[in-house]
Amino acid sequence: MALATTRRAPASSFIGSVWRSTVGKKAVMAVTGLIMLAYLVAHMLGNLKVFFGAGEFNHYGQWIRTIGEPFLHHEWFLWIARVGLTVSVGLHGVAAYQLSRRDLAARPAKYVRKRARASYATRTMRWGGVILGLFIVWHILDLTTLTVNPNAQEGHPYENLVASFGRWYVDVFYIAAMLALGLHIRHGFWSAAQTLGANSPRRDRAFKIVANALAALLTCGFIAIPIGVMTGVVS
Amino acid sequence: MNLTLRIWRQRTADASGGSGSMVTYEVTGISPDMSFLEMLDHLNEELILRGEEPVAFDHDCREGICGACGMVINGQAHGPERTTTCQLHMRHFDDGDVVDVEPWRAGAFPVVKDLVVDRSAFDRIIGAGGYVSVPTGSAPDAHATPVPKPVADLAFEHAECIGCGACVAACPNGSAMLFTSAKVVHLNVLPQGAPERESRVLGMVGAMDAEGFGGCTNTGECAVACPKGIPLSAIGRMNREYLRAATRPR
Amino acid sequence: MSEYLQYGTGGPVSDTKAPGGPIAERWDRRRFEAKLVNPANRRKHTVIVVGTGLAGGAAGATLAEQGYHVVQFCYQDSPRRAHSIAAQGGINAAKNYRNDGDSVHRLFYDTVKGGDFRARESNVHRLAQISVEIIDQCVAQGVPFAREYGGLLDTRSFGGVQVSRTFYARGQTGQQLLLGAYQALSRQIDAGAVEMHARTEMLDLIVVDGRARGIVARDLITGRIDTYVADAVVLASGGYGNVFYLSTNAKNSNATAIWRAHRRGAYFANPCFTQIHPTCIPRSGDHQSKLTLMSESLRNDGRIWVPRAQGDTRPPAEIPEDERDYYLERIYPSFGNLVPRDIASRAAKNVCDEGRGVGPGGQGVYLDFADAIRRMGRKAVEAKYGNLFEMYERITAEDPYEVPMRIYPAIHYTMGGLWVDYDLQTTVPGLFAIGEANFSDHGANRLGASALMQGLADGYFVLPSTINDYLARHPHDDVPGDHPAVTEAVNGVSDRLRRLLENDGDRTPDSFHRELGELLWDECGMARTESGLRKALGRIPEIREEFWRRITVPGSGQELNQSLEKANRIVDYLELAELMCLDALHRAESCGGHFREESQTPDGEAARRDEEFGYVAAWEFTGTGTAPVLHKEDLHFEYVHPTQRSYA
Repeated sequence: MALATTRRAPASSFIGSVWRSTVGKKAVMAVTGLIMLAYLVAHMLGNLKVFFGAGEFNHYGQWIRTIGEPFLHHEWFLWIARVGLTVSVGLHGVAAYQLSRRDLAARPAKYVRKRARASYATRTMRWGGVILGLFIVWHILDLTTLTVNPNAQEGHPYENLVASFGRWYVDVFYIAAMLALGLHIRHGFWSAAQTLGANSPRRDRAFKIVANALAALLTCGFIAIPIGVMTGVVS
Repeated sequence: MNLTLRIWRQRTADASGGSGSMVTYEVTGISPDMSFLEMLDHLNEELILRGEEPVAFDHDCREGICGACGMVINGQAHGPERTTTCQLHMRHFDDGDVVDVEPWRAGAFPVVKDLVVDRSAFDRIIGAGGYVSVPTGSAPDAHATPVPKPVADLAFEHAECIGCGACVAACPNGSAMLFTSAKVVHLNVLPQGAPERESRVLGMVGAMDAEGFGGCTNTGECAVACPKGIPLSAIGRMNREYLRAATRPR
Repeated sequence: MSEYLQYGTGGPVSDTKAPGGPIAERWDRRRFEAKLVNPANRRKHTVIVVGTGLAGGAAGATLAEQGYHVVQFCYQDSPRRAHSIAAQGGINAAKNYRNDGDSVHRLFYDTVKGGDFRARESNVHRLAQISVEIIDQCVAQGVPFAREYGGLLDTRSFGGVQVSRTFYARGQTGQQLLLGAYQALSRQIDAGAVEMHARTEMLDLIVVDGRARGIVARDLITGRIDTYVADAVVLASGGYGNVFYLSTNAKNSNATAIWRAHRRGAYFANPCFTQIHPTCIPRSGDHQSKLTLMSESLRNDGRIWVPRAQGDTRPPAEIPEDERDYYLERIYPSFGNLVPRDIASRAAKNVCDEGRGVGPGGQGVYLDFADAIRRMGRKAVEAKYGNLFEMYERITAEDPYEVPMRIYPAIHYTMGGLWVDYDLQTTVPGLFAIGEANFSDHGANRLGASALMQGLADGYFVLPSTINDYLARHPHDDVPGDHPAVTEAVNGVSDRLRRLLENDGDRTPDSFHRELGELLWDECGMARTESGLRKALGRIPEIREEFWRRITVPGSGQELNQSLEKANRIVDYLELAELMCLDALHRAESCGGHFREESQTPDGEAARRDEEFGYVAAWEFTGTGTAPVLHKEDLHFEYVHPTQRSYA
């Protein structure tokens, strides 16, 4: 006998099943995280040009504005990238915020005694993310809009950079933020693979190695610059 | 041997856990061959004779398969060994130890009394798709569909879940992803489960979210606590199934 | 005492439902002759199912699929935790996938013979027929049975049969089959077709005008006592092995549902038929709360021995070969360590009674793998038994690769139960019993891997077909909530709980349960004697009297109160134990799991007495402590002719 079992209908729309579920929202975080990660790799490699002197670095800064010409208008690529990154940061942040609230609510009463077995990187994702968010705001004000930069010369990124890193507390904050970034990527990259279902027992080791390598590479690459300024290699 | 136990005592259900407290008991004459639950039996016998209320805890088969028992012992779900509480023996403790015993903590698992929690949310997740719709008597011959041995073994590995809830208890987010994914993977990899592959994962994840479990942050605490060794990769597999189902035109 | 022993013999009881004719056609004929309920009318019928194990879970799901309104109960927090989940070995089915000569008739034959000719042929044949469909059903549900590399199902042989017909899922077949039934049930719960009451325990049966019309149940969380009315009641509440306190049953498995039904008029059949499993991990001390079984397959390669001398407390490694007694190999040279369960169990008891047992309390024998490791290599032993060795080591902290295992028999299954006819209906119309709760198809002894088969056969296929006939013949009418029968049942339950709570005693429920269990184990366990049974029958009323005088139950009835639950179950055990002993006393023969020392062959084997005892003993309740009435169902064997077993 055709006795249909009435089932609660799963969310019917794409948005419904992605954004409204914890699994889908994590996938949004994974995709936006990977976009930001790809950007960071390019950003870090470009930054290393600073070691070749003011001329080459400033020229690189100008070139970025011309990517895509003549198909794209001047600076359009840059703005597309900026919008893409802003949307990524926004979605990543909003999803993280919403999921965190949900996660905290899911354990209303805490354990009197709890022994966590997860790694440090895993346990610092939330606060590390907040630190990175604050860092991004400061970083843009410092080196993009130049609002808080002591040099603040438009078109002279090299000089602005050297001036900014001439302050010890900026170096400390920057290096701390980059260490947080390393930890964030270390767990985040592998986590994204897991969230997107790309991971498997066979690939797990490889993903962890790549995650560690990316984290080390980006952290070292970015930290090299304030250290270069502090040691006078870059001046 | 003798132990100092600090046990969560809570008389009535209360979501916030505010009405309970940790109560200290000195337990003497413990044999190293006792299971943790037998040690609690021993305490309860004494409490009854003293006219006090014994500690309520869930248990049934006491051989590690029914999934009824479960408590957080010294901050670890099911205690220091990778097994169920009923199969944890007192020889893993030392004379004079102070042992903290708490119930599973999760919003979706409200405490009923003392160490007893309500895990019916798990049943509702299964009801939302954790089955193959095959009315009695309508099955084809068992050999009609061969299943490659590696696939059958993979399904079995995930079907071993006993639904104890240690994964939820251990997860910092109180997430039920390991439980849900174990059932999704068990049925979705088998040819018998294929026709309902999409509706199953969408329905079960939907139910899991509706029950108020937290999300997965890939901490891996669940898989470490799981007495049956359900692998963390189950969650990755379920994520893939979910995204596949969610992005397919319907 | 003497009054209870003066039981009367009532009229014979007989199964009127099984059709005659060739045995292979009876099930078809019964299904055809049974009246049906129009599909559109089924939802107007409510069926109560108590228990969610293999039988109950399967029955609830199937009845709901058919369109009935099912109201189901389990005492556990989830239907998935029923104790069927702990079955390890496998499930038999006459598929003959191995082409090794198996057939429905062979499975039928093996089961009747294995049951020592105390089962009904029609029922057993039906079980063998249905076994084939069970495997199909479970595979379609996604039960991950073991498979061969070609993708087809693997089977193994089990417990003394010569064909390979046991399907399995590693050592967790029961778990996987139960989860299959649970999933089917969950689907119906989600659809609203099954109204599930978890953590709710049946405490009485409501009988109105001679028909079972509902139950009284207690919500274990709030303590509320509610009545549920229905057109039929199905008991799938399992066996009563926990009457022994120490058994391989789950701690909370209990006999209350079937015992309450018995008190309301359902005959209790063959209560003395209990099965003892020879390879359990021995108890380690007085704290022991339950026993854990290890697969019998261990006896394929392990050698069983005890020291020759009494009270030899040397570690096993220090006992030289010529001071060891491999007693099974000595007494049964042709079968050796592979004699059937009951024989292996009794032999272990005998050597322990002689004071040659090993381990704490001298209640154990060695199961030694040293020879197997020498012969096959440690690796091969590990591959074959690794998980069992691990389980043993976890519990005992001894490494069985280095030190011989210690084993001892334990109660693990009860063949007896509520008497049912071919339709699985008890002597109370409208009350059905399925799975281990009924007196079943296993006669006096159950073969390995047959419990899962019977539970699922009853639940998926038999009951859902036969219950139609009853429901079709009895138009449903309402039972008012204030019907005297309902009020009486509710008051009875409430009074009993109040009495337990109000008693100002000094002994815990467990202390009584332990005392009763030890008495039963000693006098109504592996070997029974007239004098021992008489002693137990004298002692049980005394314990019962002391129980009501000295029991103390803390807390109140309006909350989760596990002591109250225990105490309430013990009240029923104290009556059931008495009936078990009486049944064992009256059955002055040995058969299957029931061994009377007075009835043995010259070489010490069980001697059946078919002329006098070739019947099912169905007991009618007359009151607590008053003599029950015996009704006999004579057994006729048209297809399998009784023979005496021999393993020497």
